Amino acid sequence: MDLKDKLLSSFLAFENNVDLDHPVHEVRSEAIKNFEEKGFPSKKEEAWKYTSLNGIQKVDFSIFPKKENTLEYKDIKKYFLHEIDTYKIVFIDGVYSSYLSETTHDGVDVCLMSAALTKPQYKQVIDVYFNKVASKDESLTTLNTAFSKEGAYIYIPKNKVPKKPIQIVHLATGNEAALMLQPRNLVIVEENAEVQIIERHQSLTGNEVLTNSVTEIFAAKDANVDYYKVQNDENTASLIDNTYISQKDKSIVRVHTFSFGGKLTRNNLNFYQNGEYMDSVLKGVTILGEKQHVDHHTLVHHAQPNCESHQDYKGIFGEKSTGVFNGKIIVDKIAQKTNAFQQNNNVLISDKATINTKPQLEIFADDVKCSHGCTIGQLDEDALFYLQSRGIPKKEATALLMYAFANNVLESVRIPELKTRINKIIANKLGVRVGFEL
Amino acid sequence: MAYTEEELKKELETKEYEYGFYTDIESDTFPKGLSEDIVRAISKKKNEPEWMTDWRLEAFRVWEKMEEPEWANVHYEKPDFQAISYYSAPKSADPNKSLEDVDPDLLEMYRKLGISVDEQKRLQNVAVDIVVDSVSVATTFKKTLAEKGIIFMPISEAIQEHPELVKKYMGTVVPKTDNFYAALNSAVFTDGSFCYIPKGVKCPMELSTYFRINEGGTGQFERTLVIADEGSYVSYLEGCTAPSRDENQLHAAVVELIALDDAEIKYSTVQNWYPGNSEGKGGVYNFVTKRGLCETNSKISWTQVETGSAVTWKYPSCVLKGNNSVGEFYSIAVTNNFQQADTGTKMIHLGKNTKSTIISKGISAGQSQNSYRGLVQVNSRAENARNFSQCDSLLMGNRCGAHTFPYIEAKNKTAQIEHEATTSKIGEDQIFYCNQRGIDTEKAIALIVNGFSKEVLNKLPMEFAVEAQKLLEISLEGSVG
Repeated sequence: MDLKDKLLSSFLAFENNVDLDHPVHEVRSEAIKNFEEKGFPSKKEEAWKYTSLNGIQKVDFSIFPKKENTLEYKDIKKYFLHEIDTYKIVFIDGVYSSYLSETTHDGVDVCLMSAALTKPQYKQVIDVYFNKVASKDESLTTLNTAFSKEGAYIYIPKNKVPKKPIQIVHLATGNEAALMLQPRNLVIVEENAEVQIIERHQSLTGNEVLTNSVTEIFAAKDANVDYYKVQNDENTASLIDNTYISQKDKSIVRVHTFSFGGKLTRNNLNFYQNGEYMDSVLKGVTILGEKQHVDHHTLVHHAQPNCESHQDYKGIFGEKSTGVFNGKIIVDKIAQKTNAFQQNNNVLISDKATINTKPQLEIFADDVKCSHGCTIGQLDEDALFYLQSRGIPKKEATALLMYAFANNVLESVRIPELKTRINKIIANKLGVRVGFEL
Repeated sequence: MAYTEEELKKELETKEYEYGFYTDIESDTFPKGLSEDIVRAISKKKNEPEWMTDWRLEAFRVWEKMEEPEWANVHYEKPDFQAISYYSAPKSADPNKSLEDVDPDLLEMYRKLGISVDEQKRLQNVAVDIVVDSVSVATTFKKTLAEKGIIFMPISEAIQEHPELVKKYMGTVVPKTDNFYAALNSAVFTDGSFCYIPKGVKCPMELSTYFRINEGGTGQFERTLVIADEGSYVSYLEGCTAPSRDENQLHAAVVELIALDDAEIKYSTVQNWYPGNSEGKGGVYNFVTKRGLCETNSKISWTQVETGSAVTWKYPSCVLKGNNSVGEFYSIAVTNNFQQADTGTKMIHLGKNTKSTIISKGISAGQSQNSYRGLVQVNSRAENARNFSQCDSLLMGNRCGAHTFPYIEAKNKTAQIEHEATTSKIGEDQIFYCNQRGIDTEKAIALIVNGFSKEVLNKLPMEFAVEAQKLLEISLEGSVG
């Protein structure tokens, strides 16, 4: 049985475990219909031209994880940003782990999607926000919607700021030979509120894992949202991350994506600007080796005047890795005075690595400033020579330059401990010993 | 200010297509529709050898199974391929007569177009091979060229006189089954130009062809083949205009360039087909496949100024096969009213140390849509490949759109690729600056647009640059108040 059939039949089993009368179930039924019709995207589709899901569909994934597994915090501590105190929402094989987590209802809600989808006190919010910005059309998003049950639910009311950042961590223990996870997150940040979220998916063994995640983020007027995605997974773990962001007047949303590992990673990052004077920031650092594949697919839809967007993606590709960047900016007719910038710089360091990039602009308004730049190249020979002439061996000099190349994306990271951590990962990946405190 | 925005807009909309006249020449036209019989009939009419007929039929059979492509960012009513007449020749055409015998009506037509044949012959030192509705009418300077060993003639004649060259090269760069329109062209092409520059010869003059669709309801399927043998050089100009007609006319051409070792081809196009009226009615569908093949140390340079056609679908490309070969693409695409253009280039780097440059300037006004679509591909063996691409778009008004779809694929670590694109409008401060110095808004816009397009205009041969500059002004008059 191929994966699509398996998922369709699993949906029937899934229905036995959820409240069929709840309005959300109608959304799920619609969604599975769409997935049944469309199936997994193929390379023939423009959006999937450079990324094939054929390999994934041949794996016999378990759709429902078995019972809760126990893990010792000391064994997995390194996957957390443990240097600072944070709220934590932790899932082991897709199941919420209460003893590793730290949730709150104190002024803000940092809790579970399963609670939000079933408990009456959340019904009003769910009615307004659930599946409202996520695509009802894109097959993998609707696949997630159909199976939406668990994930993180974060609600920050007007003028509130949570005491500490929030970490969402998904761990896969490898108890299943191959496991498919479909977390569903909902983040609502009300007027003038603020939140910082770090998300990580981590497999603990060499068993296959496929994660098809959907996150919806709503940023109201003057809201300030920072979302960090850390992707440094095992070479048997694949991730399809679908993030949909709806922004209102004067809000700022920054999404940083750090891709350092995993077998296949696809990031669909979609910004919809539904207000004025806002800023959307999309940044990414990708450093790959082996046969890893990362595909960044971004969309910024400017639908109102006087907004800005800034995209900066840097990639270093070694060994047999493949990188894809497809950035799309749409500026509607009425979105005058839009400033949209997009930058994608890549360095290939191996003969077998490939980079495919397609920065795309679709502009319908005249009074705008839109630009995109894209480069594929090597390190500056002069800079390399300069370092070598000062006694730094070529290998280290190369690493140092690449480190500097990737590093400037990190300037906008607003959690210093996270910045240090990412810096260390980058240094590690490139084999540079950073002898100074960052 | 001399004009208000409203007045300018009105003037622009009512501005009739300058070249919209219809010359009454008796035509020899085939019945509408396309079938194997028609393909055979075209071939027979052209007195073609059997291999050519077979070649056409093979293309036709493949075409029948192909589907019209839909990926381009253009929307239009699909042409009915059975409602087109595939052959239309002015009856009075006779390839053997001299220039002086050419039908005075035709000469009048060219005079209106501003390309008086004899004047060009005498003053501009340009050899013109004029194609009116599929048949080449007058070929000038043949003698001068022949002395150098240069072959420049209608492709139908070349099939008769130089079958070995045509057979060897035709379809090698654009295979007859390359795409829907190329296959259609391969099956039904009626004429076009053929040019061969022998080894080491520098063509002493610019070679030029004017295409023009005249008869209503006919499709123009011309085929151009330019071969520059080792160490030779040629500059080739192509210009197109079509009279005003209400129904959409189809134009599906194929151009193949072959630059052998150390050769250089410069191919310039000014395309000014009828763009349809201000309501978007009528106009030419321009679906063209242009591709060049570069051998070692050779260079192909495409320059195009696209101001006409209702729908344009055109990607002049370079296959950089030989080491150290160079590909260039300079383009200005102007769309106004309801025009749609999806144009760009492909640079395929196969050889070592290959270089390519892409400069594309898109100007959209009215309710038009202007897209740049390009591919830069560096294959794994293309060491030290270098590409620079720049796509700038200028928008006038908020009813038009500018789109950029650059595809960049690199498989070699020594590749250096840069791509940049910007979108902006004409700055009010720039216009103000001009106004302040006594230049009215209309002139100021022309000045700014010319400046914006300068990098490309500079690449055109002199005769064309002046005409192109004028075309830009005409196409955009009154677009901004």
